[in-house]
Amino acid sequence: MATLSTNPVVSLTNVFKTYKAGEVDVPAVKGITFTIPRRRFSVIIGPSGSGKTTLLNLIGCLDRPTAGRVIVAEQDVATLTDNAISDFRAQKVGFIFQNFSLIPAFSAYENIEYPLLLLGVSATERRRRATTMLEAVGLADHGRQRPNQLSGGQKQRVAIARALVKEPDFVLADEPTANLDSHTGASIIDLMRRMQEQYATTFVFSTHDRQLMAHADETFTIRDGLLVDHVTGATS
Amino acid sequence: MMLVKIAALNLFRNTRRSVTTLSTITIGAAAVLVFGGYITYIQYGVQTNAVQRTGHLQVFRTGYFALGTAAPGAWGIDHHSTVLSLIRQDPLLRTVTTVVTPIQSLAGIAGNFDNNTSKTFFGVGFVPSDRDRMEQWDEYGTESRGLKRSGLKDGDLSKGITGIGLVRILGLCSRLHLDHCPPPPAPPSSDFAGEDAPAPLENLADLVSRDRPEADAATSVDPAIDLLAATAGGAPNVVSLQIAGVELQPWKELDDNYVGMNIGLAQNLIYGRGEHKATGIVVQLHRTQDLEIARSRLLALFREHGLDLEVRDFTELNPQYNQIIGLFGSIFSFITTVIGVVVLFTVSNATSMSVIERTGEIGTTRAMGVRRQGIRKQFLVEGSLLGAIGATIGVVLAQIVAYAVNHSGLTWTPPNAGAPVPLRLYMNGAYALMFLTWIGLFVVSALAALIPASRAARLPVVDALRHV
Repeated sequence: MATLSTNPVVSLTNVFKTYKAGEVDVPAVKGITFTIPRRRFSVIIGPSGSGKTTLLNLIGCLDRPTAGRVIVAEQDVATLTDNAISDFRAQKVGFIFQNFSLIPAFSAYENIEYPLLLLGVSATERRRRATTMLEAVGLADHGRQRPNQLSGGQKQRVAIARALVKEPDFVLADEPTANLDSHTGASIIDLMRRMQEQYATTFVFSTHDRQLMAHADETFTIRDGLLVDHVTGATS
Repeated sequence: MMLVKIAALNLFRNTRRSVTTLSTITIGAAAVLVFGGYITYIQYGVQTNAVQRTGHLQVFRTGYFALGTAAPGAWGIDHHSTVLSLIRQDPLLRTVTTVVTPIQSLAGIAGNFDNNTSKTFFGVGFVPSDRDRMEQWDEYGTESRGLKRSGLKDGDLSKGITGIGLVRILGLCSRLHLDHCPPPPAPPSSDFAGEDAPAPLENLADLVSRDRPEADAATSVDPAIDLLAATAGGAPNVVSLQIAGVELQPWKELDDNYVGMNIGLAQNLIYGRGEHKATGIVVQLHRTQDLEIARSRLLALFREHGLDLEVRDFTELNPQYNQIIGLFGSIFSFITTVIGVVVLFTVSNATSMSVIERTGEIGTTRAMGVRRQGIRKQFLVEGSLLGAIGATIGVVLAQIVAYAVNHSGLTWTPPNAGAPVPLRLYMNGAYALMFLTWIGLFVVSALAALIPASRAARLPVVDALRHV
């Protein structure tokens, strides 16, 4: 179950991230400070190259900031070793990727089961939770199918189930509808919203999708590596 | 177990590459095993020949092996029949030995004075029935025959056998009905000899004619040669030997010089009317693995009885044995190394390609919480699995090849043997070779995957996720 804490799930304080491109320093995030509240549907928007994905990587503990403080699920991630961060991600963070990123060798069921395997959940419990999640995303009859036998929408449903099956503190979704047609994208947004409410978890997106923005509880606008706007409540 | 399942699933995502890699490992494993089976067969064959000829162990007077072969008569074992009894009656040795028999080595001049030819020879006197029993030794079922039955009888001191080369040189081919004997060249001119000086051969012929019974040459069915040697006391002695058979010897020098005879005749030649000694006592065992037990017991026995005797094993008596085994061992090592390197690079290449293709997947699994060592382990397991599957199929393939070869009826003439024998690949029971080959390829495959696996593990998550 998600934690009942009321503290923000993510807290960034004056965070910088600079990449090296050969000899050149490329600043992607330039001193961003914000918090993301729990059990909300939060969206990070901004034009291409604005730093959305970098920000998402920092929030998801996939990357470390050049400077500043990143606290995720009440943990200062800078203090964690690489193994500890891996374990932290395994427990606390669910990911949904733009290109679905399912493991091709696994069936839909096995893809959903895999995060539980990493957490050492018993086989019985894995089966129960994975089956429940497969049903929740409407793919009860597709559990045996491999990713290459599923449509784009079905793959993303599997990805959503995979992200939620371990009951993480929050789910990060990097442009989850970008590779879907508008109809499928809408159904995926509905599903995520429903799941977020059902599991009382936190969703954080980066997106260009206006449909998705319309469902947001919190909207953060990034431009040139800076937070330029923060709106609470759905945008249109 | 899950890792293995995932590895197996991943291996067959690129079936063509996996099958190619597996084929390399399979053929490599089969090649190592087939060649190993062949070498094992060679080793057993050469050993069988050696043991049939010389037994597992030979007992000599101390120093004979290093110094005494030039004058075997001077190095005879005193009271050798007592020593024989001692060995034959020892409770331990009795259980492990098949044959314990005396031999007498000798050297001298063999002459066919009817043809005015002579030739130095070296020979051995043996107990014919014991020699025939030694010839039956075949612990490994090689059907290899280092010896043929001599056809001699224990009680008949008049007959012997020779190398084919010796009778050819002595001009006895036609009488023995041997093929491929060139006609002897014209005798050299005697311009340089003084007219009054008798030819050396004539002197020897005189000596022989004095010693040979009158009726011999006329009545014998087998052609005879005369053997001249120095006795233990240094005096010349001559005996006549009827050639009951010829036997191609494994190398030319031996074939041109070999004379085998009943030990009684050899002793008559070397010791005359004195005590008949023996230069050696041959000990043949049921099983080669008992060699050290038998050697220790023999030495203990000799110490207990104050006998100044030494014991030499068949590898010392047949120096070419170790050379042949060493040669094939070197070739085997070379081939194994080449195959190992090929497998190493093939698996490494396959794993590297897999890492490149699955970079995005590596990023995803890392994002989901898989540790670096989890990624490394995954690719290591995949490499190891390739090695395990390939080596297992290779072992089976080698068995099939061995079965086919062993039932093909092919023959060959092994080193140190005079006749062709069935070609065999010794796979049955070669469990150590199979196990080591399997483990070796498994380890090589795992090592081959190590570098690409470590590279995969070091990939930054965000870079891996960006990979298209």
